[in-house]
Amino acid sequence: MFIDKDKTVREDGMTKLTTQPNLSRPDDFYEALIEAHRGLSDDQSRDVNCKLVLLLANHIGDMDVLKDALEMARKGHEPETAT
Amino acid sequence: MLQTYQYPEFQYVPPRELSSDTVTRKPAVVVGAGPIGLTAALDLAAQGVPVVVLDDNNTVSIGSRAVCYAKRALEVWDRLGVAGPMVDKGIGWKIGKVFRDEEMVYQFDLLPEADHKMPAFINLQQYYLEEYLVERCKAYGDLVDLRWKNKVTGLENNADHVALTIATPDGDYRLDADWVIACDGAKSDIRGMIGASFEGQAFQDRFLIADVVMKADFPTERWFWFNPPFHRNQSVLLHKQCDNVWRIDFQLGWDADPEEEKKPENVIPRLKAMLGEDTEFELEWVSVYQFACRRMEHFRHGRLLFAGDAAHQVSPFGARGANTGVQDIDNLSWKLKRVMDGTAPESLLDTYDTERVFAADDNLMNSTRSTDFITPKSPISRAFRDATLDLAREHPFARALVNSGRLSMPTPYAASPLNTPDTDAFKGRMTPGTPAADAPVTADGQDAWLLNRLGGDFTVLYFTLDGGVPDELKAFEDDPAGVKVVTVGPGGLADVKGLVAERYDATPGSVYLIRPDQYVAARFRQFDARRLRVALDTALGKG
Ligand SMILES: Cc1cc2nc3c(=O)[nH]c(=O)nc-3n(C[C@H](O)[C@H](O)[C@H](O)COP(=O)(O)OP(=O)(O)OC[C@H]3O[C@@H](n4cnc5c(N)ncnc54)[C@H](O)[C@@H]3O)c2cc1C
Repeated sequence: MFIDKDKTVREDGMTKLTTQPNLSRPDDFYEALIEAHRGLSDDQSRDVNCKLVLLLANHIGDMDVLKDALEMARKGHEPETAT
Repeated sequence: MLQTYQYPEFQYVPPRELSSDTVTRKPAVVVGAGPIGLTAALDLAAQGVPVVVLDDNNTVSIGSRAVCYAKRALEVWDRLGVAGPMVDKGIGWKIGKVFRDEEMVYQFDLLPEADHKMPAFINLQQYYLEEYLVERCKAYGDLVDLRWKNKVTGLENNADHVALTIATPDGDYRLDADWVIACDGAKSDIRGMIGASFEGQAFQDRFLIADVVMKADFPTERWFWFNPPFHRNQSVLLHKQCDNVWRIDFQLGWDADPEEEKKPENVIPRLKAMLGEDTEFELEWVSVYQFACRRMEHFRHGRLLFAGDAAHQVSPFGARGANTGVQDIDNLSWKLKRVMDGTAPESLLDTYDTERVFAADDNLMNSTRSTDFITPKSPISRAFRDATLDLAREHPFARALVNSGRLSMPTPYAASPLNTPDTDAFKGRMTPGTPAADAPVTADGQDAWLLNRLGGDFTVLYFTLDGGVPDELKAFEDDPAGVKVVTVGPGGLADVKGLVAERYDATPGSVYLIRPDQYVAARFRQFDARRLRVALDTALGKG
């Protein structure tokens, strides 16, 4: 009876997430991304990535966009162990 | 251990039915005299329904359980005339501090909105709460028949009545009831008797709950630690209660041995490490809990209705158990009364189920989220948690993600079939399905509160420009379902601070239909008898 108010489906069925090329300087960004992890252990890198996700998520703000991104990022990754 | 509180012992009186050959039939029986059962008794009595309350014990809640009661629960108790002593005795706090490792990450001020009669919440030991509820029940005399040491041992859920078997120190007896409200707690015997399921998630974690009496002048603040030096890899919560009693919750992890952890020789060193070697304190209570989040599939089973922990159990993060249980009763009592009186169809009780199951899911979601933040279940979940805490030191956006328990807020019944969706344009928060906001008013020159004028009956809240009230509107007061007209404006309540108009986005002529539980059912820019009638019928489940 009650509707999930968080579920918004756009009329055109498209996602709100931009997957068209949007980075002004793709090579620079990629280099900076790798650079941000230079010399860090795997654990430290994981922590940096976590912060990065949180910072970018806050910048985006729009829950629909974030949901699309989360879904797209997970696509193709199935849990290895039954949960 | 020290005792700051004297547990009352309520008198067991052998029930009349023990020595009778005929079976008595009562209109309403409540099983369990915890906070929820006692509130149910009060709400039924307030409507003139005689009620029998059965409890297997003869005192209030033992030890340290609920501490925090939020505004909406206090408003319900205020409607029932029992919030006064709670608020007087209870402790208010506004500042919360979040620590991680050795340092404070940030502090927050709750800054509750001003101009509400009830505070955002209070801290009060559950035994005081129950004591006040029992006192209030006693003021109803015979209308509330409190039966201590009466344990329900059998139940037959029939189409037209519920038959109960009850054990007392003097033997068993039978009692029939038109309606039964089961408020017998998380381990509900009644639920077991009808074989209903209680599903959800049990958390693989344990918590040590300690009450400590301490004269130290710790400020009246809520302190929450992630991974403190005195309790590595776990969380700790410090909260002030009344009588210089402090409540401390230690997360122990799943592998902890509850019996070992409870021993004072193990608890005291932990407390010393936390409070400082020189702080004088005495231990008053220690227990170890394991928390779960689960609910029944349905809260209505014919003439048997479940409420409180019997119907749903949440982890204590965010202080939701009693707070939400009280709102079950707020939702149920007026419906039950009208079904009893025949002014609403029996199916109105099905909306108790839909509305409160919806609210229970909201609560379960909130407490599960808090639990997941406090006790991350996977390495990545923990990494995100720690990243959030890292960022929170500097960045306010990350503080919004830190979840050490969210304050219990009422769940709006956004899509309830009892609502009349808006057709007129209104701004603000008072959409149908939302609990009515309080505001200061004056009545005949005396300071008063709007919420104290709403509830019990249906209320038509009418904003008049010139003091006039249409006759057709006044005629609603003759409705057998119980309707009162409350006017704001000349001749009625004076909106001294303009906050009623502001909070309700009201203009002269605006009409609100408010349910007996103070939830907005419908609102219109202008009074129209037909539209109001349809809205009232809809709110009574005749729609
Ligand atoms: C550590 C802890 C902290 C908490 N903190 C908070 C908080 O801050 N805020 C909050 O709102 N909630 C909190 N809660 C939850 C709160 O304590 C419960 O939600 C609340 O007590 C539920 O009330 P109830 O009336 O439904 O059940 P209960 O309080 O469990 O009462 C049930 C009653 O039924 C009686 N009974 C049981 N079986 C029978 C039978 N067969 N016949 C007759 N009588 C029977 C029992 O004796 C008991 O009196 C906390 C709980 C714990 C454990």
